Amino acid sequence: MNIVVLVKQVPDTWAERKLKDADGTLDRASVDGLINELDEYAIEEGLQIAEAQRGAGADAEVTILTMGPEKAAESIRKALSMGADKAVHLLDDGLAGSDALSTSYAIAKVLEQTGFDLVISGSESTDARMGVMAAMLAERLGVPQVSLASKVEIDGTAIRIRRVSEDGYFEVESTLPAVISVVEKINEPRYPSFKGIMAAKKKPVQTMSLADAGIDPALVGLGGAATEVVDHAQRPPRQAGTVVKDEGDGGVKVAEFLAAQKFI
Amino acid sequence: MVEILVLAEHVGDDVKKVTLELITLARRFGEPSVVWTGPGADGGQARCAEYGAARMYVADGTDFDDYVTAPAAELLAQLVGEKSPALVLVAGTAQGKEVAGRLAVKIDSGVLTDAVDLQPGDDGPVAEQSIFGGATIVHSRVRRGTPIVAMRPNAVAPEPETGAAEISPVSLAGEATGARVTNRVVAERSERPDLTEASIVVSGGRGTGGAEGFGIIEQLADALGAAVGASRAVTDAGWYPHQFQVGQTGKTVSPQLYMAIGISGAIQHRAGMQTSKTIIAVNKDPEAPIFELADFGVVGDLFKVVPQLLEEIGKRR
Repeated sequence: MNIVVLVKQVPDTWAERKLKDADGTLDRASVDGLINELDEYAIEEGLQIAEAQRGAGADAEVTILTMGPEKAAESIRKALSMGADKAVHLLDDGLAGSDALSTSYAIAKVLEQTGFDLVISGSESTDARMGVMAAMLAERLGVPQVSLASKVEIDGTAIRIRRVSEDGYFEVESTLPAVISVVEKINEPRYPSFKGIMAAKKKPVQTMSLADAGIDPALVGLGGAATEVVDHAQRPPRQAGTVVKDEGDGGVKVAEFLAAQKFI
Repeated sequence: MVEILVLAEHVGDDVKKVTLELITLARRFGEPSVVWTGPGADGGQARCAEYGAARMYVADGTDFDDYVTAPAAELLAQLVGEKSPALVLVAGTAQGKEVAGRLAVKIDSGVLTDAVDLQPGDDGPVAEQSIFGGATIVHSRVRRGTPIVAMRPNAVAPEPETGAAEISPVSLAGEATGARVTNRVVAERSERPDLTEASIVVSGGRGTGGAEGFGIIEQLADALGAAVGASRAVTDAGWYPHQFQVGQTGKTVSPQLYMAIGISGAIQHRAGMQTSKTIIAVNKDPEAPIFELADFGVVGDLFKVVPQLLEEIGKRR
């Protein structure tokens, strides 16, 4: 089974994240990058599915697919050290400034080359937070979208998941090949072992340019994006509120505030 | 007058509040046309009319419930082709965003998600988004195709205005395909309002100390007619179900009033609640970052402050 896990490098959510003044794109250089936290669940799920396949005597391979600047290689290494077999890094200056639509086009082009039985992504990235990539890829690739999974079961070419809903879950069934996305509840991502870290150094990472992947440069990057940032600004700090120490009347004080604001 | 398509979210014939928000918002840009998928349109018509819907395109097949997102996106793409709307609005829920994503690919149009406001601009609608945990405000627009915008629930107040909401039946060309829903399991339904739509949210954090201590959060929520939220520490520890998590990896809420009880306010949590209109915090640590956001804060033991607050609310009723 050919499993491709999509991994995005994002700025550390604990750091101060900014957009660049010049073009409103994410300033990736000034902040530490790491694997999008939600993608770690996708990697773990990919590894578990591959292990189950191998356990049943089938072949299985997990490929990490990342689109991003040179420093995204760090995240690829980490994913490989968790246990993935190989990686493809879509790396080209012409990609900078791509929006979701153009990113999905570029990734779909690479997936056409790698082939896949199962594409796995996290439910969203912690920087852009759009939550659209699995849906867009399924649409582009013409395969089922089996997204927002909190549980995945595969039996031959049948796939069955629990899809989280606003107030519970749906059971959803489909067939491979498919694109799935997973939510954080699904598993507990492993930490890379020392052995895994050493092994990752020898695992193959294929770098692909736009030309290698057959991507039309006019459809990606800032020029190919279908959306644009008009302006951006730091949110002015909220006006400092009143903070009081509880002197035995804290609850009354809150009630008074709520009443003054007409909440009670 | 130009049409604006609004994808309705509804449970049977009960129109969700976010849809009324979207119809209200659509009036800024043209004539709101509600797109209704699945059964219940007759029952929902009056509500849509009350908020100014000019018409309703109703596709009442069962495909929309039986298949994941693809049929709704297909129907919208069909209607975009036939009606040439100036804008397509969907709710910024997980499902709404997926429909928006598929539609964007189908009609090769730009999509913006999680907008907290949308205003007419010289080159089409301009969306305001609050990103990086609310630290940055961005204005964006779509520069190719028919703008598709997913609005964060509670971003706009629904305002009544009479409309005809004339029903016009439509049908999906072709057969639905893709992932099929075989069963739906609804978690025990509480009487409380939906977390993302509630005008008041009371959230509890690590300070509640456990599932038992968390009960006081539910009591306070019920006293205020509020939804219950929880920090990640609470849901990770299993003190409260996962679907109530507010924050970066949980739900994003924007209520009139947000009460953070025993929550320190790490950036991951702030990402999910920073655009709340009024914020109240109770925490025993005076250095907790949540106090930087709070309009009113009490440094103290939540197990002393909240029971007293409950008593006061009781007295004032």
